Amino acid sequence: MIERRPGLTFVSHLILICGVAVVAFPVYLTLIASTQSSEQIASSVPMSLLPGKHMLETYKVALFGGETAAGSTLPPALPMMGVSLVMALVIAIGKIIISLLSAFAIVYFRFPARTLVFWAIFITLMLPVEVRIGPTYEVVSDLGMLNSYAGLTIPLIASATATFLFRQFFLTVPDELVEAARVDGAGPMRFFWDVLLPMSRTSIAALFVIQFIYGWNQYLWPLLVTTNESMYPIVLGIKRLVSGESYTEWNVLMATAFLAMLPPALVVVLMQKWFVKGLVDTEK
Amino acid sequence: MASLVFNNVVKSYHQGKQSLQVIHGVTADVADGEFVVIVGPSGCGKSTLLRMVAGLEEISGGEILIGERVVNSLEPAARDIAMVFQNYALYPHMSVYDNMAYGLKIAKVPVDEIRRRVDKAAAILELGPYLSRKPRQLSGGQRQRVAMGRAIVRQPKVFLFDEPLSNLDAKLRAQTRLEIQKLHRDLGITSLFVTHDQVEAMTLAQRMMVMNGGVMEQFGTPEEVYSRPATTFVAGFIGSPPMNLLNQAPGLAQDRILGIRPEHIDVSADGAWEVMVETVELLGGERLVHARLGTETLIIRMHEDQGAPVIGARIRVCPRPDRMHWFDRSTGRRLEA
Repeated sequence: MIERRPGLTFVSHLILICGVAVVAFPVYLTLIASTQSSEQIASSVPMSLLPGKHMLETYKVALFGGETAAGSTLPPALPMMGVSLVMALVIAIGKIIISLLSAFAIVYFRFPARTLVFWAIFITLMLPVEVRIGPTYEVVSDLGMLNSYAGLTIPLIASATATFLFRQFFLTVPDELVEAARVDGAGPMRFFWDVLLPMSRTSIAALFVIQFIYGWNQYLWPLLVTTNESMYPIVLGIKRLVSGESYTEWNVLMATAFLAMLPPALVVVLMQKWFVKGLVDTEK
Repeated sequence: MASLVFNNVVKSYHQGKQSLQVIHGVTADVADGEFVVIVGPSGCGKSTLLRMVAGLEEISGGEILIGERVVNSLEPAARDIAMVFQNYALYPHMSVYDNMAYGLKIAKVPVDEIRRRVDKAAAILELGPYLSRKPRQLSGGQRQRVAMGRAIVRQPKVFLFDEPLSNLDAKLRAQTRLEIQKLHRDLGITSLFVTHDQVEAMTLAQRMMVMNGGVMEQFGTPEEVYSRPATTFVAGFIGSPPMNLLNQAPGLAQDRILGIRPEHIDVSADGAWEVMVETVELLGGERLVHARLGTETLIIRMHEDQGAPVIGARIRVCPRPDRMHWFDRSTGRRLEA
């Protein structure tokens, strides 16, 4: 708002603070719970909102596994985070490579049934993983890709959204630039590599952030294709702790959840500048 | 160094069963080292013709030869041409140096040779201090010079300019026009320059090609085009204000059109034509008098110190007989008196 009225400023700040509280409070609760012992969480109702004294030991158990004070044995989160990291990276990078190339083909090449191909890609926007999960599972299982990184990532790599985004970006690149490159003697792939790719840097960064988080947060698909514990991503690991042995170790669970939140948050923070640039500005 | 030959060049676009012809058989020879300007109104096919030389548009019929080699089926890069685009088309993520060097890098010219050529071009165009900048950090005029630099370093046989001055302000345009002329004198490379601005065409051209509706109406030196326009279109397009084209005038045959430039009509008491003054415009050193001759409008250019005629008055004017042009009324072609 452009007006300068104290009342309005107060109201807008109030709304913003409420919004922050709604988003931030659960995160705070997770962090607090992970610093208390499981007895503390279980015995005090409602739970104390002040940090406890068991942070280090809880995170140690969460990361490396082992026996808790309450006596249950828990699996380590570190290898699961490794699986998640590989999965998220492969999905994000794979999606970007495939979308860049398909958008390049759709925008810059004239081939039979070009519009048909574009619409076919576009229509898959309406078919998220959950809708086609049965047949996809069948295919992956027949190909023997269960319990492998290939099975975890390949079915999630094709991306209509990213293709569409790159297509829109390529359409804004002036035709004269293509022609200048042709006069300079650059072939199609050279043009793609030397001109188009550097120009799409910011879009690539923005997409990387979005797709990394998408890959990291996958739950349903890994639940289906992994039966081997060594291939469980961290999100599945959290779920596994809930229904744990006999007694849910909430402090460890919260610590694991907090650990699972860190890498996506880190990616967002580190790439924030590029991310915002990619979605907002058009550098041409 | 090369000549450029258009041999009955045709361009048509096909959409389904319909086809639309936009260039109707252009035939012309451009000599080695000549500076030729293609001028015409929007949509006359001038840019299309240039882009066919560049290889950015397919040639539907006829041949284009660069240095006695038919280039119809050659890729743009293989034609030995360099092009300056209207919006400059600089690579936004590359420095000025890389922009100029890119084509040479692709052609696998040795690095020290690239540096030598780019430095030389930068010196000619006074771009030395800007070599490490990005295009967005440059002004319009500087970008324009980078685009020219990119063309120069390729040492092409033919320079192609596609309205390179139209994005510059009036002052810069006049200055760049002079620079282009100087550049052409120094390098002596055959050049083809497209513009819709007749002042640019008249000042830059050694010969100019006037196009209208995909047809080359006239190809000649600026003097020829001005003093002996080949068609009524050329007569009406070149010159500001344009030539008066009269369907009716005292003593004019039925099948003819009389053309007379505003600057070739004198006001004199014993003039042959009596006209009525309708409006008078003062343009500094001269006046434009819009007058009526019978049913026709006549524009007369008068020197400022001749005094302004009164609006509504009848004055006598005299067209200079040696500066009259006749055109055939049905074809619009020039008739030699």
